[in-house]
Amino acid sequence: MLSLRNLHACYGQAHILADVSLDVGAGEVVVLLGRNGAGKSTTLKSIMGLLPPHSGEIHFDGARIDGKAPHDIARLGLGYVPEDRRIFTDLTVEENLEVGRQAERAKTPLWTPERVFALFPNLAEMRHRSAAQMSGGEQQMLAIARTLMGNPRLLLLDEPSEGLAPVIIAQMARSIGELKSQGLTVLLSEQNLHFASQVADRAYVLEKGRIRYQGAITELANDPDARRAYLSV
Amino acid sequence: MTFSSIVLQFINGLAGTSSLFLVAAGLSLIFGVTRIVNFAHGSFYMLGLYVAYSAIGFFGTTILGFWGGIVAAALVIGVLGAVIEILVLRRIYQAPELFQLLATFAVVLVIKDAALGIWGPEDLLGPRAPGLRDAVTILGGNVPQYDLALIVIGPLVLAALWLLLNRTRFGILIRAATQDREMVAALGVNQKHLFTAVFFLGSLLAGLGGAVQIPREPAQLFLDIAVIADAFVVVVVGGLGSIPGAFLAAFIISVVKAFCIGIGDVTILGFDVSFSKLTLVVEFVIMAIVLVVRPWGLLGRPQGQQRGAGMLSQPLPQIGRRFLLIAGSIVVLLALLPALGDRYLLVLLIDILIFALFAASLHFLIGPAGMVSFGHAAYFGLGAYGAALLLKQAGLPMELALLLAPLVAGAGALLFGWFAVRLSGVYLAMLTLAFAQIVWSIAFQWDAFTGGSNGMVGIWPAEWLSSRTVFFYLTLIVCLGAVAGLWRILYSPFGYAMRAGRDSPLRAEAIGIDVRSVQWFAFAIAGLFAGIAGALFAFSKGSISPDLLGIPRSVDALVMVLLGGVQTLVGPVVGAAIFTWLQDEIARATEYWRAILGLVILLLVIAFPQGIAGFAGRLLARRRSAQS
Ligand SMILES: Nc1ncnc2c1ncn2[C@@H]1O[C@H](COP(=O)(O)OP(=O)(O)O)[C@@H](O)[C@H]1O
Ligand SMILES: [Mg+2]
Repeated sequence: MLSLRNLHACYGQAHILADVSLDVGAGEVVVLLGRNGAGKSTTLKSIMGLLPPHSGEIHFDGARIDGKAPHDIARLGLGYVPEDRRIFTDLTVEENLEVGRQAERAKTPLWTPERVFALFPNLAEMRHRSAAQMSGGEQQMLAIARTLMGNPRLLLLDEPSEGLAPVIIAQMARSIGELKSQGLTVLLSEQNLHFASQVADRAYVLEKGRIRYQGAITELANDPDARRAYLSV
Repeated sequence: MTFSSIVLQFINGLAGTSSLFLVAAGLSLIFGVTRIVNFAHGSFYMLGLYVAYSAIGFFGTTILGFWGGIVAAALVIGVLGAVIEILVLRRIYQAPELFQLLATFAVVLVIKDAALGIWGPEDLLGPRAPGLRDAVTILGGNVPQYDLALIVIGPLVLAALWLLLNRTRFGILIRAATQDREMVAALGVNQKHLFTAVFFLGSLLAGLGGAVQIPREPAQLFLDIAVIADAFVVVVVGGLGSIPGAFLAAFIISVVKAFCIGIGDVTILGFDVSFSKLTLVVEFVIMAIVLVVRPWGLLGRPQGQQRGAGMLSQPLPQIGRRFLLIAGSIVVLLALLPALGDRYLLVLLIDILIFALFAASLHFLIGPAGMVSFGHAAYFGLGAYGAALLLKQAGLPMELALLLAPLVAGAGALLFGWFAVRLSGVYLAMLTLAFAQIVWSIAFQWDAFTGGSNGMVGIWPAEWLSSRTVFFYLTLIVCLGAVAGLWRILYSPFGYAMRAGRDSPLRAEAIGIDVRSVQWFAFAIAGLFAGIAGALFAFSKGSISPDLLGIPRSVDALVMVLLGGVQTLVGPVVGAAIFTWLQDEIARATEYWRAILGLVILLLVIAFPQGIAGFAGRLLARRRSAQS
């Protein structure tokens, strides 16, 4: 469904991603693991068109998307949840959802505020509240909910568990499982291997902008050498 | 004051609120979403008046024709704003903030000449509103009916805007984009369409603000700059991006102004105080007070640090032997030029040298010190007025006047800089503009001391300096010496402290630099050197006028610096030379030199977003890296 081929990305002179290739199949949950600064966020930004790749190709559903503007990429059905959440704190919860809303897409179920609230029940109670008055976990849920309102077929989640309390992380894992069971494809980045192994089918490990490892998440979880080499455990 | 006159002035102020609010709201919306400080916003107001004048003339002065003409004018201006966004601004959203500013100022120039071409130089007073021509009597005073209509229009538009921003998808997108445009785009919203739509709305509001004034105020060509200054003040006082804030600020400013006029001339403690003359200054005083007490405006929200303009972080080049050699040759060449005996060339060269110093002093502030000033001409003008006043009013010899005049400018910069360094980014820039406007107003109105709008004449150099050639050498020595002095400061410990404070205020504080004081002195130094240029200018022309302090001259200096490129040392000098020469050439060729200049600036900004010298520097660097 999504494939990256020999992707290179730079910030100015700094060469961050080198030769990254990865695939995400329809209905899969794939995790991109790696330490801080490994290039996970950069990969997701490149896919989203927020940082146009230097070279390489990105295909989504058969169409080439690198070089397209972010809003065009989003409209093709890619939903992006950034790591710092970037909630519109000047807006209410409902208004945040409205910004994410897009027209219905063929062959994709339509998300409505009601459906989103069914997935994240605690958002429903604060629909008229300003997003500035929400906790970190609530903001993370709102960020995902807001992106779902665009009816994506593939969700890019940048470190959804970052900075959250264990209870909320467990809840987040359940929500992602729920989305998967509804047929959504997910590519997420993580540092938390425990969380990743709860939600993902397959894993890629990034180190210094290169893919070092790929395979089933269970293999990685059972491979202490790989864990020690690439992850901060 | 009696109770009835208080009420009447209050009504007067309320009537003035509407237009001011409309313009400021538009400016605020546009800035919020696109982050562009749109200098052309005042031009849209001005065009609103002109177009309304013509439209009402076309539709006829019936009730329908009048209001139809006003609505039509607003729509026309809205479309014009959208077109300008599509043609010009859309190409430069990625360019540094200051270049966008420059582009919008170029639009100001083009619009002014277009208006001159279409409507001519005469003031055009529109018809009074049919059905609202009379006055009603309130507490024994006469209030025009149309004023009452205006009092209703302002709050109506405020309510409509509130509904738009809070109850429609478009409005919600505007508010979201004001906070984080990139995120809005990542959620699938086409930024281009959003920006164009916001420009349409904002320009429409400015056009409407102008159009509704048609029975009260003639359409005039100077309104563009006057109104943009007012709109800046309102937006800054109310809080950038806050629509209710804009209304509140427009209200406070209008009412205070109305009271100043109402009070008129009174004697307080034996002094004659003319409150009506205060009107030009009073809004800037309000702004200065608000900014010091609540730097983010009455209803605004504190913003993050945004000093500098995102393009200034490159280190300054080291001055090498080659640089000195080339500079030396140019100086020698310049020194030989009087031998040609071309009097006109000397006059032009004197101008270029003076403006090179003026631009270099502004560059000092914008580049290394990281403070953008929209009002640097204040210090140029203070130098010029200082020289003239010291010569004429104090009767000092010319040499002494020339020597002391820059201190006047430096003192002014020390005073205003104290306020300015408390702010950053756009707020700082607008405050500098406000201060420049204060100085201008004083020079413009104090007939007895400064000669008012006529200025002063007979400010000639001393006998031994009176020949063009000698004065040229004086200018050459002083200007080059001063520019070299400015550069010397950049590479002194003070200069390093300045740049450290610009690039990373927190770290600079941590290593013991008092960033605010450093900036304050940098501001004063820049003012002092601009004053040197101004004093020389006064003696080179023999006369001065308030134009020297005006906003257009401040912008000229900005154009010079930006044309040349901010990252380079010679940029401002190159920019000043090209700008002065170009202006001179075009002005001799056509009455519409402003439009030509504007178009040239637009082309340059779109083609060379790094400035000319910056562009040449990059070419050189590319050639060098290709060779190695
Ligand atoms: N805006 C930026 N400008 C320059 N370098 C950046 C920027 N963002 C990230 N980097 C650098 O890119 C590298 C990868 O960062 P990132 O993709 O954010 O890593 P991760 O998400 O895996 O923690 C890091 O070395 C980081 O310093
Ligand atoms: Mg990251």
